[in-house]
Amino acid sequence: MSEMKKIKNLKDFSTSADRFEGANLLCPGCAHSIIVREILNATNDPLILSAATGCLEVCTAVYPYTSWDNSWIHIGFENASTAIAGAEAMYKARKRKGKLPASCEGKSPKFVAFGGDGATYDIGFQWISGCFERGHDMMYVCLDNEVYANTGGQRSSSTPIGASTVTTPAGRVSYGEKMMKKDMLSIMAAHGAPYVAQVAPNKWKDMVKKIQKGFATEGPVFINAMSACTTEWKFAPDDTIAISDLATDSLVFPLYEIENGTKLTITYRPKNKVPVRDYLGAQGRFKHLFKPQYEYLIDEWQKMVDARWEYLQRREEASV
Amino acid sequence: MAEKMELNEVEVWDGNMAASQALRQAQIDVVAAYPITPSTPVVQNYGSFLANGYIDGEFVLVESEHAAMSGCVGAAAAGGRVATATSSQGFALMSEVLYQASGMRLPIVLVVVNRALAAPLNVNGDHSDMYMGRDSGWIQLDAFNAQEAYDMTLMAFRIGEDPEIRLPVMSHQDGFITSHTAENVRPLSDDEAYEFVGEYPAVNPMLDLANPVTYGVQTEEDWHFEHKARQHHDLMTKVFGKVEEVFAAFEKKTGRKYNIVEKYDMDDADVAIVALGTTVETAKMVAEKLRKEQGIKAGVVAPRLFRPWPHKQIIEALQNVKAVACLDRSSPNGAMGALYNEVAGSLYQCENRPVVTNYIYGLGGRDFTVEHAEEIFKELAANAEAGKPTTPLQQFIGLRGPKLSFY
Ligand SMILES: Cc1ncc(C[n+]2csc(CCOP(=O)(O)OP(=O)(O)O)c2C)c(N)n1
Ligand code: SF4
Ligand SMILES: [Mg+2]
Repeated sequence: MSEMKKIKNLKDFSTSADRFEGANLLCPGCAHSIIVREILNATNDPLILSAATGCLEVCTAVYPYTSWDNSWIHIGFENASTAIAGAEAMYKARKRKGKLPASCEGKSPKFVAFGGDGATYDIGFQWISGCFERGHDMMYVCLDNEVYANTGGQRSSSTPIGASTVTTPAGRVSYGEKMMKKDMLSIMAAHGAPYVAQVAPNKWKDMVKKIQKGFATEGPVFINAMSACTTEWKFAPDDTIAISDLATDSLVFPLYEIENGTKLTITYRPKNKVPVRDYLGAQGRFKHLFKPQYEYLIDEWQKMVDARWEYLQRREEASV
Repeated sequence: MAEKMELNEVEVWDGNMAASQALRQAQIDVVAAYPITPSTPVVQNYGSFLANGYIDGEFVLVESEHAAMSGCVGAAAAGGRVATATSSQGFALMSEVLYQASGMRLPIVLVVVNRALAAPLNVNGDHSDMYMGRDSGWIQLDAFNAQEAYDMTLMAFRIGEDPEIRLPVMSHQDGFITSHTAENVRPLSDDEAYEFVGEYPAVNPMLDLANPVTYGVQTEEDWHFEHKARQHHDLMTKVFGKVEEVFAAFEKKTGRKYNIVEKYDMDDADVAIVALGTTVETAKMVAEKLRKEQGIKAGVVAPRLFRPWPHKQIIEALQNVKAVACLDRSSPNGAMGALYNEVAGSLYQCENRPVVTNYIYGLGGRDFTVEHAEEIFKELAANAEAGKPTTPLQQFIGLRGPKLSFY
């Protein structure tokens, strides 16, 4: 039987903190570890995990150490989704044949894959699409820091317009990244997935609710988790939650969910909406936008965010 | 429970069906697969077995060969029997994951129906894909006909899954010539076959919830070398004995005897062809014919195991021969053929080194004929007589236009 954990306050999280050890090589202030911890701690069920090549993977399983107290596998950059789908298929097959290890008796393990935005929006896109089309009973979590952080900060198709990255640096004649962030959540919803949601670690109650909902869902679940990166977004390591608050309160990163491909629900409405300018201004990657020749982009950003919010609200209202 | 299939003592199967039946009888837990000519029928046959109640494992129809091998790796690490099939471009697409599978010591069986690699695009059989796999850390078994494709595929499970081995195994057969040619095949019954393969011996399964395991770690200059060295060590020292053991058990069960390096007419041979796949059968026929008709003491040597490379057995088979021709069915693209390099490397250690020459043939499914084999044996006889090469070291045969040769 599946067991949903009661989490009422932050203290409740600490009770099963040993599933992902604090002993890892992630940067101080890295949101990846906060998110992973919040997800692992949302359930008492056993977990079988995979991770794509990226910061999370290289920082948590450096031989002869491991930060994982669950079974965990990393194959490559693009195939964390299929790795866990393979494990899930094995579970189904051995269960049907009555050949599961004795330790599975009375337990229902959950299968979760983690990948960065590079692993998800870019190189692993096809593998994820395949897993979702086939309907594996798994959760895929994208740790979306909008950049290839592990390899030193190259752009991905999740990098937002105007961000300076090492492959799209801001310069005398460039404001940085030229493309808009890919709308991954809509694409995953379009697969007809039973549940997809955006989460942010600062809104941990909202996140736990969604993760638990995801675990209770049969079939493939997609979670896009905003993961503020102190190193590549360029902010102080102790500002991770403050930056995340700016992202959710400016609606740059709106929190919502889509059920069965269409039913969209907004799960967080900021009481005091903050200007996008404040979010951008708090990070080094957007510093150049405050130069006179690029400032028009800040207004455009605000318009984009407003339009998106308007769209989400209308989708929710129309319930289609 | 999967239903059992009633089989005749002798079935008329092509190589694809032979391999598919071996997969079915092994009661695999997870097959993740993607179709490509000429191995497509393996995937289709498996689908039809499933649709008719003969399979009780999972059959995951993935969206690419990379995903097929990725799914296999995840499934194998979870702890159970896993297999798939591919050819050519599919093999190339999964090549990244081949290394990851063997590096994690996951016993997966991969039926490879050998085919050329593009460009130019070509669906026919050659050994380009097989050669591409040779440094990937897999065990490579080679079948020369449909019966052997069945036998090797069954044995592959028992070899690779052995807790002392824990390595993935490729079961190779030639595209079309074996895969699509119906021949008489003597299968084991379902019960006998499963009894031979045995229950899957799980080692460190991710699904053992009481003992969590970490697969696919990071190692840099501090530990990577040790991991690779250990895998190489096991390939070099443990696999040969295990293969011999499984071959012996199989002989006991079926009467069919296999060797790590097959030798035909080699007892008193002066000259020998070394080849892989169906070419072995052509060469065997011609050796016999030339012995009878022209008194050339011709023989054939065929590695059943391409990886690990049977260095000792090759020396043992060829050390008393005067001239050897190594036949490569893959473009070496700027070098001597791979089989030539392996054989020559081994024979360099002999006291009386034979003359070794290299023939490139049969690319993209070009026929290798009896006449080609005769011509090679005659050139070998001249080399044996002269005690040195009388031809260029590397020659292309069966190629249009003026003769192409090097060195
Ligand atoms: C096939 C392949 N291509 C490229 C790489 C190099 N590489 C490793 S991690 C990475 C970027 C990871 O970015 P992301 O998925 O966003 O994860 P993050 O490190 O940002 O958490 C790249 C480009 C690789 N390991 N494998
Ligand atoms: S570079 Fe960014 S994502 Fe990577 S460990 Fe550091 S903070 Fe985390
Ligand atoms: Mg990233």
